[in-house]
Parts: sequence; structure tokens; C-alpha cells
Amino acid sequence: MLAAMLILPTLPAFGQESARRGVVPYEVEGDGIVRPLTGAPGDPNRGAALAADRQKSLCVLCHPGPFPDQHLHGTLAPDLAGVGKRLTEAQIRLRVVDNKRLNPETIMPAFHRVTDDPTVAAAWRGRPILGAGEVEDIVAWLSTLKE
Amino acid sequence: MTRGQRLSAWLLLAALAAPLALAGEIPRDQRRSGADFMAPETRAMQADDTANPAMLWVLEGDALWREPAGAAGQSCADCHGDTAESMRGVAARHPAFDEASGRPIDLQGRINQCRAERQSAEPFPPEDDRLLALTAYVARQSLGLPADPPDDPRLVPFQENGRHLFERRIGQLNLSCADCHDDHWGGRLGGAPIPQAHPTGYPLYRLEWQTLGSLQRRLRNCMTGVRAETPSFGAPDFVDLELYLMRRAEGLPLEAPGVRP
Repeated sequence: MLAAMLILPTLPAFGQESARRGVVPYEVEGDGIVRPLTGAPGDPNRGAALAADRQKSLCVLCHPGPFPDQHLHGTLAPDLAGVGKRLTEAQIRLRVVDNKRLNPETIMPAFHRVTDDPTVAAAWRGRPILGAGEVEDIVAWLSTLKE
Repeated sequence: MTRGQRLSAWLLLAALAAPLALAGEIPRDQRRSGADFMAPETRAMQADDTANPAMLWVLEGDALWREPAGAAGQSCADCHGDTAESMRGVAARHPAFDEASGRPIDLQGRINQCRAERQSAEPFPPEDDRLLALTAYVARQSLGLPADPPDDPRLVPFQENGRHLFERRIGQLNLSCADCHDDHWGGRLGGAPIPQAHPTGYPLYRLEWQTLGSLQRRLRNCMTGVRAETPSFGAPDFVDLELYLMRRAEGLPLEAPGVRP
């Protein structure tokens, strides 16, 4: 108990959220998250499949990019082609995890965050849109998009 | 570049970016029906009464209008007579203020209220084909008339709640109605164009549903899409939202029963 009290104040601001199911702690440095959310590296092939999944990651609903089914792209968000050249891996990671930290007005959902918002449907409450491993897979894939 | 020039360049950039960041309400002269965003074949389906599947409900509504119902044994026609006269413009003026409940009521709520109070009949359940049929039949009598929400000061607080609900971010995806339908209409969401969310075609036949449905059903679809809790059918928040949407669409011609993808 005493140990916990001593340690708690040293945790970064995300400490409370990290206690929630399915959200891992992370540290924002500048406009990025340098350290991966997981021990195992992300798999770009899994990330590519996940990014094109209209129900799970939802990326393709808003972003154009190097996806199959070109006619099913959204046009509401920046083209993902070349994002690996424009942004560092750390910058991409923060934008996927919680882009609202950089721009509270953005329409991009925070993919690895949980809030107390009572309007969230019961089936989704307390769960992030993407788990830490899924975030890393998508970050790994986006980082390969150099042109 | 001098410091002053750099500052001017930034101010110019900021001025250019501002309208995008704060798109807000759609200017009156840019309002467009959802039908404008549809494929030509879907527009043709709506425009042709013999091809518009929703007309089957209008025909059923015509029959139900004349059919006595409930303990009172009265039909709608017994009181209201010829719909072309008595119901003309009614859909364009709903939701309207309801004295009995002290709050707005939408067209299908009004039909159910009349059914319970005047006909002494059981109100229809939400999305019941008979309720949709009567609503479509009544709404059809306002075809082409401009949306004309009542200027009733008693409606203002409910309309403002509707606006709040429209602009409030909800659900796991944390999106508001306004994020898409004020700020990104004309863009594409997963390949489908985002319309301006005008309620002028309801009830309408949605190809995705393969049936006629109410505006509330459509609102629930969007709420489910952003992974938000959905109010139950007939909830006051829904009627307030409908009221705001009607105000937002003021002047656009009614086109119920519409067809949408």
C-alpha cells in the first residue's frame, strides 16, 4: 500500500487510463511516442490487413491510401501514401494512439484510449478501439509507406 | 523574408485555414437534398412513382386512412376528410408544439396520438408498417412544399437541445453529427458520399434496409455507426433532434417518401 502510494505520483498523467482494461501505459515525448507499446515488434503484414478492415481499424473509411478496393476509400483525411516518409515512427504512433493530444478538434478517433464518456455504447465501454498489439502492427505498416 | 513578412504570411495562412477549421452551419444557398448525392439511377427511382418502392406504403396508407379503427370506430377520413386539402403542408410543419405534452411532437407521434385519443385504438409500435404507411401517406401531401418549421417560441428550448445533440461528440469514435454533416458533407466515407442530413424525404425507402423506415431509425443507424448508445424510439431527444434538423432544412422542398441507398 505504502509502495503503491509512493510509486503512483511518479507515473505519468496517463496512469489512470492505463489502469483500464486493454490500455497500456505510454510516454509522450515531443509530438511522438518513441517506445513501442508492446515488447514484440509490430508486423507490417498484419498491419496492412488490419488497416484495410472496414469494421475493425476503420482507417480506410476516412483515409485514401495504398489499400485494395480503391473505390471504397474515404476522402476525409490525409492520404496515407508516403506517411512513413513524412512522419517518424514515433510521430505515427502518437497519431494512431491518440491524435486528440495534438489536435483536440480532430475527427480522428483516439484508437488506444478509454474515457468515461457515458454516450459510448455498452458493448464498447471500457475498451479501446485497437489493442496495443494492433496499434503496433498498424504503426509498423504505416512506417513502410515511404512513397 | 523579413519578420513582418513572415507574420503576414502566417496571418494569411490562418485566415485561409479558418473557414475549414470552423466550417459550422451550412450557408442557406449551399443546402442540398440528400437525393443530390445519389447515383442517377437511385434519383430516377425516387422520381418515378411506378418505380419508387415507398409508393406501396403510400397506397397502404391511403387504404388505412379510410378504415375505421379502435373503440371509437372512426377512420382518419371521418374527421380529416380529403387529405389533399386537410393534410397539405402538415408534414412540412412538423415537429410542432403539442399542447398536451408541452413539448414538440413529430408527425408519426401525432398520428399515434390521434389514434389513441380520437380513435381509442392501440398506438402502433415503432417502425410498424401501418404507422410508416400512414406517415408516408400524410407526408406525401406536402410533396414539393418547403420545410416550414413553426415559429413558435415554445419550441426554441427543444430546438436548442436538438442543436446541442447534433453538435455533441458521442460514442467510442467520438464524432458528432456536425463533424460529418456540417463540416464534411460532399466528402466520402468508405466510398459513400456524405450528405447534409436533411430530413425532407422521411419516411423513406432505404435500399440497405430493403424497406421503409423512419428518420429515427436512420438516426439510430448513425449512432450505432459511431458506437454510441441509441435512445429508444420516440425518446424526447430524438424529437428535439428532428426539430433542429427541420429548422436546419428550412425552405428545402419535401420529397417524402424518398429513396436512399
